[in-house]
Amino acid sequence: METTKKKFSLKRIGTVGLVIYIVFLIGPIAGLDFPAIFAAIKANPLQLVQFLIIGISNGAIIAIIALGYTMVYGIVELINFAHGDVYMIGVFTSLTVLSLTGTLDSKDPGTIILGLILALIIAVAVCAALNATIERLAYKPLRNAPRLAPLISAIGMSFIIENIGLMWAAQAWLVPSFGTTGGASQKVFPDLLGTLFASLGLDVNLLASSGLALRFTIKDLLVIILASSLMIGLRLFVQHTRLGKAMRATAQNRDAAKMLGIDIDWVITATFLIGGGLAGAAGLMAGLYNNTAWWFMGFRAGLQSFTAAVLGGIGNITGAMLGGFLIGLLASFSDGYLNARWTNAWVFAILVLILLFRPTGLLGEQTGQKV
Amino acid sequence: MSKRLNVVIALLIVASVVLAACGGGSSNAGGALKIVSSLPMTGSSLTQTQTIVNAMQLRLEQAGGKVCGGKYTVTYEPWDDASAALGKWDPAVETENANKAAADKSIVAYLGTFNSGAAKLSIPILNAAGPLVMISPANTNPGLTKADKDLPGVTDSYYPTGTRSYTRVVAADDIQGKVAANFVKSLGATTVYILDDQELYGKGVADVFEATAKEIGLTVLGHEGIDPKAADYKALMTKISTSNSGAAPDAIYVGMVVDNNASQLLKDKVAIMGDNSTVKYVGPDGIQTQAFIDGAGADVAEGAYASVAGVPLSELPASGQQFVKDYTAKFGELTEPYAVYGYETMNIALKAIEDVCAAGGDPSDRAAVNKAVFAIKNFDGALGTWSFDANGDTSLTDMTFYQVKGGKYESVGTFK
Repeated sequence: METTKKKFSLKRIGTVGLVIYIVFLIGPIAGLDFPAIFAAIKANPLQLVQFLIIGISNGAIIAIIALGYTMVYGIVELINFAHGDVYMIGVFTSLTVLSLTGTLDSKDPGTIILGLILALIIAVAVCAALNATIERLAYKPLRNAPRLAPLISAIGMSFIIENIGLMWAAQAWLVPSFGTTGGASQKVFPDLLGTLFASLGLDVNLLASSGLALRFTIKDLLVIILASSLMIGLRLFVQHTRLGKAMRATAQNRDAAKMLGIDIDWVITATFLIGGGLAGAAGLMAGLYNNTAWWFMGFRAGLQSFTAAVLGGIGNITGAMLGGFLIGLLASFSDGYLNARWTNAWVFAILVLILLFRPTGLLGEQTGQKV
Repeated sequence: MSKRLNVVIALLIVASVVLAACGGGSSNAGGALKIVSSLPMTGSSLTQTQTIVNAMQLRLEQAGGKVCGGKYTVTYEPWDDASAALGKWDPAVETENANKAAADKSIVAYLGTFNSGAAKLSIPILNAAGPLVMISPANTNPGLTKADKDLPGVTDSYYPTGTRSYTRVVAADDIQGKVAANFVKSLGATTVYILDDQELYGKGVADVFEATAKEIGLTVLGHEGIDPKAADYKALMTKISTSNSGAAPDAIYVGMVVDNNASQLLKDKVAIMGDNSTVKYVGPDGIQTQAFIDGAGADVAEGAYASVAGVPLSELPASGQQFVKDYTAKFGELTEPYAVYGYETMNIALKAIEDVCAAGGDPSDRAAVNKAVFAIKNFDGALGTWSFDANGDTSLTDMTFYQVKGGKYESVGTFK
């Protein structure tokens, strides 16, 4: 008893020492200058709110993608590395739909709203189908292979989809605004929400009339609403529907679920369909929010959302959401008050610290018990 | 049945790989020379590098693929030093390219690289292999050729044999950064915020810019590196928008290449701080490409500035004009600035080989070709009449600024 306690306190001292080391030794190099930060906040307290808004909106997009990661991990305990790239395909699908329906150049509110709804439906459908196809081709044959095998095939699928994106972005006959500079360069995703609001005679910035020097745009509001409602919807679905229950049963014990007459293959396919659909929705949202379509955008988005999922507790739907918001906020405050050069270092240093204290993530891992 | 089919397919794949490898190995017969280029051809830079490769190809075709009065045939292979995994130049691929070139004895000139960071890796490898001469159409980091006053001895360590073997046909960033700072001042700016992409090239030119800006009395409000893969930069731009004691700076200077999310950075700058006429946006040659404008959108990019070494295409000497004409006839309209530099590198490589022959030497001798490149003086090329100095730097130091007008870069003047 005595020794375990001693061991525990030693570990604690080590961790505290690490925190002190990071804050006081690396801190000053990486721009952690407390007096300057307090002075900046004092000089412009409203800006703190602005960074909060930016952080939450960015976090919301990360969170939607993280939901897909965490769903799949919860059921098959596989990190679907291609998930970020499915999201990238979602951006290109919605951009193509918007271009083919003539929505991109339209100023008419009705056309834009209809176009966006159509783009959402098609992007969700395409990404769901793509994700399920990936599962059939690359993961299902390896279901009983060692755990590392599907991981490698997931990385392989990720590269394949990235190259599809690279080719897609070169198809100017589909989307004329892709231009003639080939598939590799970043493409413009037009600011349709801005156009929509302007055509209705409203200001894009919802706080414009308040007289405060703050920007809270319709885009910020939409990503936050979409992320929250998807999370709540997903939770309800998993808890209360027949398929949701089958998913939880499969997650707990695949063989026992099979004996109870649950069609395991269908349940897993359904999981990938839902995960892909979420990526499609996130794709349209991110396109409208950041106004960029880029073949490479899935890589970083995937890495961040995977981290968010781990941070919140992999397999845990609410945790993925929380992790996404936390990463968005950390990055935003680091960009705002520290040196942007060190943003990634700060984000990951803090994540490592959190995981040191809570190795299963903020809300705990939920594989095997719940989705 | 299907298992057997799989085996047959696998055998076929193996056989074809082996055959392909054999096909490549027997090229060093008699009077065959090879020139290769190593440029990033996966990623946004392809917009530029494709025109460079086209131009190199064009120059070799004009020579009929033969040198020394037809005694030697010259072939050219464009190599890619980027990978899909990184979306830009990849240190592993560039090192592999350099080692491959070092091992293939028929290669007598290595045209590249595009990115200064890549050059840093391949210079020592190729220096120890002959030395095999490098002629870069686009590297601008000063430290590759000139000793840095802060880091003495670093440059020499790139050349283990003690013989210089790296040259470039563009002016380095000790000139580009300095001229850019003066240019920003001439726009009427007094305060400037500096951002870079944390690469050898981007940070290098931004550092020179910062030093010069302080010298000539501009107030530098901050200098930060950006995460080149971030989804957006709204928080950073929000901070910059109040960095000038509550107001936005007069100008922002970005040291970066287009692959590193340059379009997104500009998009968020415009979203937070308004168009480029109020807060000026100036960058180096890394963003002087149509891909940058296409990525940001013509209306967002309107008014942004970028500098490129040399004079605009319309002010090139007669031989340069002829190149533009020939290029346009073969590949269509030329808008990218680096094609003519690519043409000039091939020009230099062929001239050096001819010079070795004329002096009675063996053009497959790498050391002789390297010596001949450095010996080139008062060369009458597509860029004008110019020479290499002992470091391998060009004597041309003109710098042209371009501004985005109606979705295209247009020249606004040449500075020194």
